Amino acid sequence: MTTPIVCLENVVKTYPGGVCALRGVNLEIHRGELLAVVGPSGSGKSTLLHMMGALDRPTSGRVLLAGHDVAALPDRRLSGLRASLIGFVFQRFHLAAGVPALDNVADGMLYAGVPLRERRERAAAALERVGLGGRVTHRPHELSGGEQQRVAVARAVARRPLVLYADEPTGNLDSVAGAEVLDVLRDLHADGTTIVIITHEQEVAAAAGRQVRVHDGHIVADVPGGGP
Amino acid sequence: MTDPAAFPVSRLRPSDLLRVGAANLRVRRLRVLLASLGIAIGIATVLAVVGVSSSGQADLLRRLDELGTNLLTVKAGQTLLGKDAKLPAESVAMVGRISSVYAVAATGDLTMGVYRTDRIPADQTRGISVRAAGLTLLTTVQGEVAAGRWFTAATERHPTVVLGDLAAARLGVRAPGGTVWLGGRRFTVLGVLKPVPLAPGIDRAALVGWTAARDLLGFDGHPTTLYERSTPEEVEAVRAVLPRTVNPEHPEEVTVSRPSDALAARAAASGAFTGLLLGLGAVALLVGGVGVANTMVVSVLERRGEIGLRRALGATRGHIRLQFLTESLLLSGLGGLAGLVLGAAVTSGYALAGGFPTVLPFWAVGGGLAATLVIGSLAGLYPAVRAARLSPTVALGAT
Ligand SMILES: Nc1ncnc2c1ncn2[C@@H]1O[C@H](COP(=O)(O)OP(=O)(O)OP(=O)(O)O)[C@@H](O)[C@H]1O
Ligand SMILES: [Mg+2]
Repeated sequence: MTTPIVCLENVVKTYPGGVCALRGVNLEIHRGELLAVVGPSGSGKSTLLHMMGALDRPTSGRVLLAGHDVAALPDRRLSGLRASLIGFVFQRFHLAAGVPALDNVADGMLYAGVPLRERRERAAAALERVGLGGRVTHRPHELSGGEQQRVAVARAVARRPLVLYADEPTGNLDSVAGAEVLDVLRDLHADGTTIVIITHEQEVAAAAGRQVRVHDGHIVADVPGGGP
Repeated sequence: MTDPAAFPVSRLRPSDLLRVGAANLRVRRLRVLLASLGIAIGIATVLAVVGVSSSGQADLLRRLDELGTNLLTVKAGQTLLGKDAKLPAESVAMVGRISSVYAVAATGDLTMGVYRTDRIPADQTRGISVRAAGLTLLTTVQGEVAAGRWFTAATERHPTVVLGDLAAARLGVRAPGGTVWLGGRRFTVLGVLKPVPLAPGIDRAALVGWTAARDLLGFDGHPTTLYERSTPEEVEAVRAVLPRTVNPEHPEEVTVSRPSDALAARAAASGAFTGLLLGLGAVALLVGGVGVANTMVVSVLERRGEIGLRRALGATRGHIRLQFLTESLLLSGLGGLAGLVLGAAVTSGYALAGGFPTVLPFWAVGGGLAATLVIGSLAGLYPAVRAARLSPTVALGAT
C-alpha cells in the first residue's frame, strides 16, 4: 500500500471550556479516495475536518499531512500547507460579494504565490470544469445557490490541491442543486482528485467509495460505500 | 519531506496585497467616503492654513523686494530734557554728502491741524499731521501719486497741499482741485498719494511745500524726519554715521530706523496667528483617524467569514494583518489626497483672489502625506491585529 496523504494517529481535540470533540481518532486517507464522513450533529465531523485541513491543531495525537506533522508547526507553516495542499468547500459558499466568478476562483490561488495572469487562466479552466465556463463574469448574486457552490468548488480545485475537503457542500441547497454539485465532485474524483465530503445526506454518502461514521468523537465505522 | 527548503509556504505578492486591500473599499464606496472625510478635512485645513499664510508671506517678501531695504529714516528724537528735538537746517545737505547716499529728503512737523472747512473746531485734527515736505520726498520714499500731482519748484511756493492716503480719506477728499483749511487760510489740494508702505507717517500727513511752509505758516526750516537711500551694500555703514552727520552736537538724540525691517518682521510673524487654525486642523485629523479606526473595527467584525476563508486559502496571520493595515492606509491615504487637493485649491483660490503668488511649502504637503500614513497605520493597527488573531475555525463558523 502507498503512504497515506493524510494520517491521523490517536487524535484528541478538546475545546477551551472542556468540550471534547474528538476522543482518539485514527484515520488514513490515500491518494484518489472519495471518502464520506457521516454522523449525527455535534459528533465531531467538522472538528475532524479542521484537523485534517490544518485549520486547527489537535490537543494530542498526530496529524500528518503529506508527511508534515501539523501539531508541531507554527501558524506560518500551517498556512503554507493549506495554501498549497488543501482545498476547502464550505456549507456557506464564502464567495466575495460583487466580485465576478472568475476573480472569486482566481483569488483561491492568492496565497499560493501564483501570478495574476496564471491565476485567471487556471480559474477559467476550473470554471469550465465545473460547467460554468459561460458564467465567468457573473457575480454571486447573479448565480443560483448550486452555481455559487460550484464556483466555490472551482476555487478549491483550481490550484490542484492534494486533497479537497467539503463540509456539507449540499447543506444549503435543494436536492436538484445538491445533485449538480455532487456530480461535479464525482467528476473531479474521476479525474483523480482526492475528496473528503462531510454530509448528513444518505444519498451523498452512498455515492462515496468509503464511509467513515463518527459518533461522539469516535470513529465507529469505516466501511466501503456503494459508490466508486 | 523534512527538508525546510521544500516546505510549502504561503506567499502574497505586494501587487496582490494592494489589490486585496483595495477590493473591499471598491465595494463600500459610501463608507469609504464618510470614513475618509475627517482626514480630508483635517489635511485640507492644515494645508490651506499653511498655504495661505505662506502665500501671504511670499507676497510681503516680494513687496519688500520691490520697495527695497535700503531706505533709512532719521528722526530728530527728543532732547535729554524730554523736549522734541529738531535737526539742523543743513542736515539734508550733510546727508547728501555721504558718498553712498543717492537720495535724501526731509519733512518738518508743523504744529497745526488741517480741516475740511473753517467751521471745524481746531481740536478736531482727526490725527492728521501737517508737514513741510522737500521736493525730493516722493522719489526718495518711492511714493506714487494716486490723483493730481506732486509739488514742483513753482507750486511748492503756493498755498497748495498734497494729502497722504489716510489724510485724504479722513478729510473726505477724493480728487484734487478742492480746498482745505490750513493755518488760517485756504490751501488748494494739489494731489493725493497712494499709501507709502515704507513711510506710513506720510499716509497720515498733509504735505505743504517747504517754501510755502516757511513763507505762509511760520515754519523754521528745521527738518523733523529725514529719509535717505544708499546703495544696499552700504546701508549699515551709512546707518552708523548718520546720527553724527545729521546732528553733530547731539548725535545721541537722533534715532535711525530701517522701515523695511518692520515689514520683514511682519512677514516672519505672519505665521503666528495660524496656530489656532492649525490646531483645528489637527483636531479634524484626530477625529478622522478615529473615524477610520472605527470603520476598520466594524469591518473586521463584519468580515469574519471572509477572514476565515482567506485563512483556509492559506493566508497567514501576517497576511491578514497586512491586508487590514493596507486597507486602513488606503482609506486614510485617499482622505489625505483629497485633502491635499482641496487645500491646494483653497490656497490657489485665495492667492489668485489676492494677487499673491501661490506657495505650497513642500514640508506641508509632505507632512500632510506623512500624517495620513501615520494615522492610517495607527488606526489600522488594532483592527488588523484583532483580525489576525481570529482563529480560522472560529472565523469560518461566524455568521
Ligand atoms: N470552537 C468551538 N469551541 C467550543 N466547542 C466547540 C467548538 N467547535 C465545536 N465545538 C463543539 O464540539 C463538538 C463537535 O462539533 P462539530 O462542529 O465538530 O460537530 P459536527 O459533527 O460538525 O456537527 P454538525 O453536523 O452540526 O455540523 C460540538 O459539541 C460542538 O459544540
Ligand atoms: Mg459540522
